[in-house]
Amino acid sequence: MRLLTHNMLSSNIKGVTNGFPLRIEVEKVIEKQVDFNPDFLKNMFPKIEWKALADASRSLGYSELPDEAPESSLLESEEFLKKFHHALLELQLEEGALVCPETGRKFPVNKGIPNMLLHEDEV
Amino acid sequence: MWYLCVFYHRLLDYRRPEIESLAQLFGEENSYSNFALEWKIPKHHHPDSPFHFVNLPSEDVARSVANRSILVKGIYELWGEGSSYEELEEAIRNYPEERKLPYLSPESTFKITVDSFGKVTSFQEQNDRIKGLSYIPFKGRVNLKNPEHKFWLIETDDYGVNNGLPPVVQRRIFFGREVGAADRKLLPTYQLKSRTYLGPTAMDAEMAFLMANQALVEPGKLVYDPFVGTGSILVAAAHFGAMTMGADIDIRVVRDGRGPDCNVWSNFKQYGLPMPVGLLRADNNLPPWRPGLKEVFDAIICDPPYGVRAGGRKSGGRKLLKGAVDPYTVPDDKRVGHIPSTAPYCLSECVHDLLDLAGRMLVMDGRLVYFYPVLREDNSTEDCFPEHPCFKLVASSEQILSSRYSRILLTMVKIGPYSEENALAARIKHLEFRENHLKWLEDGNLHSSVFASADAQLTASTDSRLSKEPKPKYRGKYV
Repeated sequence: MRLLTHNMLSSNIKGVTNGFPLRIEVEKVIEKQVDFNPDFLKNMFPKIEWKALADASRSLGYSELPDEAPESSLLESEEFLKKFHHALLELQLEEGALVCPETGRKFPVNKGIPNMLLHEDEV
Repeated sequence: MWYLCVFYHRLLDYRRPEIESLAQLFGEENSYSNFALEWKIPKHHHPDSPFHFVNLPSEDVARSVANRSILVKGIYELWGEGSSYEELEEAIRNYPEERKLPYLSPESTFKITVDSFGKVTSFQEQNDRIKGLSYIPFKGRVNLKNPEHKFWLIETDDYGVNNGLPPVVQRRIFFGREVGAADRKLLPTYQLKSRTYLGPTAMDAEMAFLMANQALVEPGKLVYDPFVGTGSILVAAAHFGAMTMGADIDIRVVRDGRGPDCNVWSNFKQYGLPMPVGLLRADNNLPPWRPGLKEVFDAIICDPPYGVRAGGRKSGGRKLLKGAVDPYTVPDDKRVGHIPSTAPYCLSECVHDLLDLAGRMLVMDGRLVYFYPVLREDNSTEDCFPEHPCFKLVASSEQILSSRYSRILLTMVKIGPYSEENALAARIKHLEFRENHLKWLEDGNLHSSVFASADAQLTASTDSRLSKEPKPKYRGKYV
């Protein structure tokens, strides 16, 4: 699971009001090279919850992203875009879990696929 | 400018919508909702004929459209047409010199192809036809392998009834310069039989490319398939350069496949395509997207489970665990690794959820492209598709699958922002729609209608069958 996906997901258990961001429990992180596409990154930037991304990248062991959401003018800097690219698309949680911040329910991540399906009594 | 557009003789209903979508993708036209192309049909031709005239803004657009398309045999600048070779000659002679001469110059290379529709022209005849064109002052050198300019002489007359078209009234001959043509070599490369990981409803490569074209897929766009399965639709989207993301409720399909080298990822690796940026197990009925997330996908393309070959499932099963207490609690010691049961997911609900998801998650002008089944007996439902206030239907193309049912590829464009009111209005429309289609949209009914034995069908509809006209023999949509 890449952090782009993590940034889009929340815990949708019935009754949970504050299911985002999911805390990441890391067992295994891998890095895979992905083609650098500045247009795609600029397009995604305004849709990203910055703090969630910065925290998530730190929990995967990458601490190059600033804490605060940067100005969109920074998108012109290739150096910044490369870091953003790396955090968003190249860092991947292969094994671990996503933890609901409100209930502590764990959504397992195996072979890079988060399992977001709810149990019968959570619907 | 008007061009002659000759199609491959297949998927007749899909041909014009493909050109219209691609013209929008490559054209300068930005007003998405009011976009329309002009079409004409040659003299004495039937709308299902492969020959059409289309008005495109420029030759560059025409070339891009043709080269990206799947169903275009060629788009030609027409130099002349006629009912006889004499008429053709006169037409070509009258075609403005300044349009012809640049393509006839001595330093250029060219090739003339003689083609016919619905009949065979012998090698000898082809040669005679080419020699008959000597009144055109070709000065360049012939190059059969890699010519700069390709000219086509296409003839159509008195073919039999085998191709499913009504007979031609009169002979028609076209001569033109090729501007572009579909790259059908894609299809053998991507054909399903050479794909490593397949499921029972994997999307045929040709159809997947057509869907990607309808969705205006291009590099840098993000495409989502909520019923991703083996990824056959996303493979086509990735081929055209999109970033892809998919979800499925069946974890075995998305996570495990049939082993380390036979899964969704390997299907992308096989063609050297970039991997999907996200694959997850999620339920279309209860999507796990964070609150506030909206307008992220440029297109949603999918083939929802409509219960004929595969049925839909959603979470919220009601199968009690052994020793569990009502109402439906999972004991704490069994929570880890618990496999939740799922409930059947009827088509009308599934489509409603899909429209709601698309309304929220698509960018403005983004496209939702999906298949919708119809029973062919039921004429009343023919033009009645699910609606949503955020969307406008821009194309519907039928593909007949059996004598009982067809699937229709619907292309919808997002024209309005998602809001609570819109979602509520959509809910009401959905309930109305469901009311009217209850008889077959509910779980299992489509399946029974499609697979009911012929006897049962006969008894059920004896009265109506007697009074009903038999189905017409000619059905171009079969092709």
